[in-house]
Amino acid sequence: MESIRGQVAIVGAADTEVGKVPQYGATALCVEAARRALDDAGITKDQIDGLVTCNSMAEPHMYHAEAIAEYLQIFPRYCVSAAAGGGTTFSVLHQAAMAIASGACDTVLISMADSLRSGLSREQAMTIQSSTGHPQFEIPYGATVPAYYALIANAHMNTYGTTPEQLAAVAVGARAHAALNGNAQMRDIISVDDVLNSRMIADPLHLLDCSLVSDGGAAVILTSADRASDFPHQPVYVLGAGEGHGHEHISQAQSLTTSAAVESGRRAFGMAGLGPGDIDVAEIYDCFTPVVLIELEDLGFCEKGEAGAFVEAGETALDGLLPMNTHGGLLSHCHPGNPGSMFALTEVVTQLRHDAGARQVKDAEVALAHAQGGIMSSHATLILGREANA
Amino acid sequence: MTDMPLKHFPRPTPETEAFWEGCRKQELLLQRCVDCSEFQFYPRISCTTCSGDKLEWVKAGGQGSVRTFTIVRRAVSEAYAADVPYVVALIRLDEGPTMMSNVVQCDPETLQIGDPVQVVFEDWSEEISIPQFRPV
Repeated sequence: MESIRGQVAIVGAADTEVGKVPQYGATALCVEAARRALDDAGITKDQIDGLVTCNSMAEPHMYHAEAIAEYLQIFPRYCVSAAAGGGTTFSVLHQAAMAIASGACDTVLISMADSLRSGLSREQAMTIQSSTGHPQFEIPYGATVPAYYALIANAHMNTYGTTPEQLAAVAVGARAHAALNGNAQMRDIISVDDVLNSRMIADPLHLLDCSLVSDGGAAVILTSADRASDFPHQPVYVLGAGEGHGHEHISQAQSLTTSAAVESGRRAFGMAGLGPGDIDVAEIYDCFTPVVLIELEDLGFCEKGEAGAFVEAGETALDGLLPMNTHGGLLSHCHPGNPGSMFALTEVVTQLRHDAGARQVKDAEVALAHAQGGIMSSHATLILGREANA
Repeated sequence: MTDMPLKHFPRPTPETEAFWEGCRKQELLLQRCVDCSEFQFYPRISCTTCSGDKLEWVKAGGQGSVRTFTIVRRAVSEAYAADVPYVVALIRLDEGPTMMSNVVQCDPETLQIGDPVQVVFEDWSEEISIPQFRPV
């Protein structure tokens, strides 16, 4: 099959309010995100013939996408829900783009939402999320999700000399961008000292090295490139997509400091015919600060072990070499769990439409979005641009 | 009887029963492939190297080293709260495989990556003993 490069475009995108949104349950948030994306694309629900959702922790449905289709009263011919989040979100987008390119469907709505903040107690949210561990050989040892990621942080520090200050710089940078984004959940500027003085959760990760717990939803609408100019906004074309899957359980990872982002990035850049130097803005999955450093290295933006210094030097700020996580990321914009990566995607659309206001990356033409799920397990990279033939 | 919440007990499956039976007898058992001689952990029905299905159980030496670790300051649930601060680590066994575990009988603040460790077992019930490690 020929490459799907440039054959599919995002023609609608929208977020719900994020943070604490108790007036909506998780199902309603998913539907609200969908309604807003339809409105953004200027189409009605009856023009949707493909639907992708992810399951919710607060309001799970065994057949989640079918439940959302039923709620909306749409009757798609392509209908799938992802069981997990992170990289899975971009994996299912990759698959939806292939479904469009192959003619299996014409217009796909991807809508994802959850209410981790209002729909679950703190203890419930922690227990559900830590169930990513192996039920016999990891969970009994009492690791939290931050503890699983602390294992890779400590390994990266030990191997490359990465410092707590460099990890903190990731969180500080995310907050600086969130301060420019009126929709972000956390908008007060923080310093490296604020991160280092915040409560230790699992060494070396402090509270402010960890992403947020949020309510929220986001949705995008995909269609074929040859129909994209019929929609009201600048289309955002899918130029490259690639995946890499290394393990599920961190105790089974072949490397603790190099991830399958190496493969997902190589495949996405290969499809796009582009390289790291062509990227104007990057959205790099930031559930915990060390994840960002490993991904920057594995995607080829830095040599191994050099991402800490790269971020510390300000190269991921809006005026740096690689403006990153321009909406504030999972660390400061919001993190409702499985839908988390969707907000990176809607931010890419906003940036490439040149609609990002105070946080706009000037003349952004090509963007990269990378997500991972599990514990550095499942990686997916997307490259998107304003021109189908960039 | 107390009303303390229980920790997360492993529930043995057909391919892991022998492992947990070994732990009950204070023995750390690993699978070794009869065809290619590779060790593996966790227990499976097939060899991760050659996909063969002839696997034997071998008593491991119980020695290894700390591949990485963290000190958990905020417990995953109430059942673990009394243990805070506790160490969660990845232990590379001398036979090759890595397993997650706790490092116990140590000062968490002085533990280092690379430290040699030795298996110990914590009895959770008549049936379940949990392999943990202590510094050598």
